[in-house]
Amino acid sequence: MTSFAKPHINLKHAKRNALGLTRHDYEGAMSTLCAGCGHDSVTACMAKAFFELSIEPHRAVKISGIGCSSKTTAYFLSESHGNNTVHGRMPSVATGAAAANAGLTYIGVSGDGDSLSIGMGQFAHAIRRNVNMLYMLENNGVYGLTKGQFSASADIGSKSKKGEVNLSPPIDPVTLALSLGATFVARAFSGDREQLVPLIKAGLKHNGFGLIDVISPCVSFNDHVGSTKSYAHTYKYYHPAVHADYVPMSEEIKTSYAAGEAVPVELHDGGSIVLRKLDEDYDPRDRGAAYAQIAERDAKGEIVTGLLYIDESREDMAAMNKLTSRPLNTFPYDELCPGSDALTALQKGFR
Amino acid sequence: MNAPDGWKHKEGVPPTNTADPDYFHKVVDCQWACPAHTPVPAYIRLIAQGRFSDAYILNRESNVFPGILGRVCDRPCEPACRRDRVEDEPVAICRLKRVAADHKDDITDRLPKKPDKMNGKRIALIGAGPASFTVANDLAPLGYECTIFERFDVPGGLMRTNIPAFRLPEKVLAEELGYILDMGVDLRLNTPVSSMKALLAEGYDAIFVGTGAPKGKELNLPGRKEGGANIHIGIDWLESVAFEHTKSIGKKVLIIGVGNTAMDCCRTSLRLGARDVKVMARKPRSFFKASPWELEDAEAENVEIIVNHSPKSFVVEKGTLVGMVFDKMEYQLDEKGAIIGQSIIGEEMIPCDDVILAIGQENAFEWIERDAGLEFGKWDMPVVDEMTFQSTVPNVFFGGDAAFGPKNIIWAVEHGHQAAISIHQFCKERMVTGRLSNEVRLSSTKMGMFEWRYSNSFDGAERRVMPHVELAKRFKDLDVEVELGFTPEQTATEVQRCLNCDVQTVFDAPLCTECDACIDICPVDCLTITPNADEPTLRQRLETPAVNTEQALFVSEALPLTERVMIKDENICLHCGLCAERCPTAAWDMQESEIIIHHVEDMVTGAAK
Ligand SMILES: Cc1cc2nc3c(=O)[nH]c(=O)nc-3n(C[C@H](O)[C@H](O)[C@H](O)COP(=O)(O)OP(=O)(O)OC[C@H]3O[C@@H](n4cnc5c(N)ncnc54)[C@H](O)[C@@H]3O)c2cc1C
Ligand SMILES: Cc1ncc(C[n+]2csc(CCOP(=O)(O)OP(=O)(O)O)c2C)c(N)n1
Ligand code: SF4
Ligand code: SF4
Ligand code: SF4
Ligand SMILES: [Mg+2]
Repeated sequence: MTSFAKPHINLKHAKRNALGLTRHDYEGAMSTLCAGCGHDSVTACMAKAFFELSIEPHRAVKISGIGCSSKTTAYFLSESHGNNTVHGRMPSVATGAAAANAGLTYIGVSGDGDSLSIGMGQFAHAIRRNVNMLYMLENNGVYGLTKGQFSASADIGSKSKKGEVNLSPPIDPVTLALSLGATFVARAFSGDREQLVPLIKAGLKHNGFGLIDVISPCVSFNDHVGSTKSYAHTYKYYHPAVHADYVPMSEEIKTSYAAGEAVPVELHDGGSIVLRKLDEDYDPRDRGAAYAQIAERDAKGEIVTGLLYIDESREDMAAMNKLTSRPLNTFPYDELCPGSDALTALQKGFR
Repeated sequence: MNAPDGWKHKEGVPPTNTADPDYFHKVVDCQWACPAHTPVPAYIRLIAQGRFSDAYILNRESNVFPGILGRVCDRPCEPACRRDRVEDEPVAICRLKRVAADHKDDITDRLPKKPDKMNGKRIALIGAGPASFTVANDLAPLGYECTIFERFDVPGGLMRTNIPAFRLPEKVLAEELGYILDMGVDLRLNTPVSSMKALLAEGYDAIFVGTGAPKGKELNLPGRKEGGANIHIGIDWLESVAFEHTKSIGKKVLIIGVGNTAMDCCRTSLRLGARDVKVMARKPRSFFKASPWELEDAEAENVEIIVNHSPKSFVVEKGTLVGMVFDKMEYQLDEKGAIIGQSIIGEEMIPCDDVILAIGQENAFEWIERDAGLEFGKWDMPVVDEMTFQSTVPNVFFGGDAAFGPKNIIWAVEHGHQAAISIHQFCKERMVTGRLSNEVRLSSTKMGMFEWRYSNSFDGAERRVMPHVELAKRFKDLDVEVELGFTPEQTATEVQRCLNCDVQTVFDAPLCTECDACIDICPVDCLTITPNADEPTLRQRLETPAVNTEQALFVSEALPLTERVMIKDENICLHCGLCAERCPTAAWDMQESEIIIHHVEDMVTGAAK
């Protein structure tokens, strides 16, 4: 808990984005998480990504479940829409919202507990549906908010703070998402914002469901020796394989990437994601190969990070279901709800 | 299979040596800029606690005259103040100094005293200005027998004869000079020294020359002689006003020059009956020498400042001055504002009854015989060492305006401190260059969760405006002090504007877990963790790039987990302590830095060579 406020300082030479806003305009309430929590870094990265993309705060929607990670929607974009839902139910609320108004930018914030235990079913179906949203899974291997019980992402052999060893196999959100047909799958680390900010920007611009599994250490309950989700462990074993940069349509793709290494993937909005392979034999456009590589590296204890898989060709939920792109709140009431006679007529058509 | 290989740069900037006392001293911009290195934030905190006497004593140790300087100091500290990097106005440092002086209790028993036993050394000090008084202040309590020779019948130098009483009341001056005289200093008034050789023959162990720069500059233009009765040299005129020899002036007055002397001349004229006072400047406003606040105060009294007028001649009719002719100038400036060309675009006669020349001061050493042994150099100034203030005669020292030309009071004080050290070294037959090195003492200000020993939260209040006596009442008497001093409410607000730059962010690299919490909380984005590189590159890596290269960039040792480095731009840090508050491992701590700058008393016990 904190009892101080971060002052708002109008620095004379603060950077401004295309809307004339500063990064501080994308901040929110003072975080009440433990000092040093990885989630706070992720929050700062999300704020920075929205700032850099010059997204108007009131055109963004933040949705979350329950957990320390889920609390963080209060700590950025204070001028945006938001819904802190019940435990594990963020995906269904996001799905409904995205169906009702396709014109907004959706970001879901969840934890490993919220997504992989109680909310596993919802999580899986949002992926299958390819809801147009970015899903941030802040993964610390524990239920932080309820004081550090192992979550479903805890590795076999990882030790709790009291020394208890986890024996159940972990659920890996990345390989799970790949197997469910996800179209944008990334893994990152809260300690590497140079990698994370561009990934969030790419994920927000991707058409369809984007997942970023962010290793985000819990300083209070899972940052000790023997934990495989600590800062020290992650810094030691994490390995960036593919770097992704979002390049808007208006900007030319910089040629500074060495030839052969940079792979541009074109997006629906005319911009592109430029992939820079740090690992020569990793191809993020081949689902099967990606799956195999990740599984193999995971088995060795290596934490592969970056944009691990991308597929821009699949239709998102709105397209698959032929939903209107016009926000429902802009329809006149009789058009939106044509009345019981119209319903009866419709039902008759199915008899 | 490790953290990105690119993070482990072996080359790059070596870790910052914060043990160097200058490192943290420079962070305290005001203290660094003060010639006498007054510990500004420390005394402001004492004022905030209502400890006015303690604040006064702390001030006095470095600047000797807090009451005087709290009113009329040139304030080099204020333009340096960090506060104006986040908003427009610096902390009213000088005004707060006056608060301490005005509200202190009787502090006489806390002042150094004449010792019971003198050390047998006799020092002659020529001129009773701030420079000589500082030397006496430092040496008398150590047992030196100090004798001050002054040509006038009052002490104080230009502070008494030139700085008008409406800015510096005589009472304040007398009080602070009195503290020093009470240390057993022998003040001989009406005693001009007219021969250096004669004084040298009197066998003093050391002589200090603090005679100032007493000669005003002339302006020899046509009509100067004929109109002489109404053409005055600024500093002589102010002196004659101070001694009440001059009690009036004409209705229309022109002041030539736009420095601080000009400001005192125009405002004094108004108090002697002038109705229309114009300050004539040769160049545009950006070239004015007067401090902005002196210009403001003069303009508030309806003094007109006329730019781009270069004096050409005095107009004298029937033996009386009736006006002055000026060339009207036009200047071509480059984009940085420097003059690259000038032309005369016309001529203008401006009528007046009196002219006061305020175009500068010079030194005058007629009383030093050129065969007295002192070497004279450029501009016919005696050769004086910049560190020891020793002349080419080993037991003769200079200080204040007499040393290197006109400066200001706080410089005279600092010269006095340094000369006192040299005189002591000389009398002890040690190297006069011997000095004790500065030191820095750090102590944590952490008291508990969210509790620090200083008021760390940022206060967005704007600078308080000094209340002034209303115009109508101001001109009744020559000695109505214009500035009233801060009210208690103003003081309470102004002290909170100080950012406590002496409470340093001290980093302990081995403790850092690279969680980035400090980076995220910093309200001015002046921290980051990054692979080491050359300094210009590092400066660009901050969210708000560190563009002010005059200010240090802190670079830590390699961090334990990734071998990256923590960097910090000292320029815009608010010393708010949020980084330290947020750090889970206390790798950042807020520590008060006391910069120890030695005066001569420390040399007595200290181990100087
Ligand atoms: C109009 C004016 C306004 C100023 N305003 C400010 C201000 O607001 N703030 C500021 O910081 N500074 C100001 N200054 C500058 C400041 O007053 C001087 O820099 C400072 O007083 C210098 O101190 P000093 O001890 O070197 O010499 P001085 O103050 O000049 O004292 C020298 C003393 O030596 C005496 N003396 C000279 N020759 C002899 C001799 N042969 N024998 C015996 N006695 C002798 C003189 O009578 C004088 O008393 C101002 C100066 C002027 C002219
Ligand atoms: C329906 C329901 N069941 C259980 C809980 C208790 N609970 C609160 S948070 C939480 C786990 C959160 O874990 P995670 O999503 O990993 O978040 P973290 O705190 O680790 O960021 C649980 C089980 C709850 N709030 N609601
Ligand atoms: S308990 Fe853990 S997850 Fe929650 S705020 Fe603290 S460090 Fe972060
Ligand atoms: S004290 Fe710390 S948090 Fe505050 S401005 Fe300075 S570096 Fe930033
Ligand atoms: S908050 Fe402390 S541990 Fe975390 S990065 Fe900053 S200094 Fe390091
Ligand atoms: Mg968790």
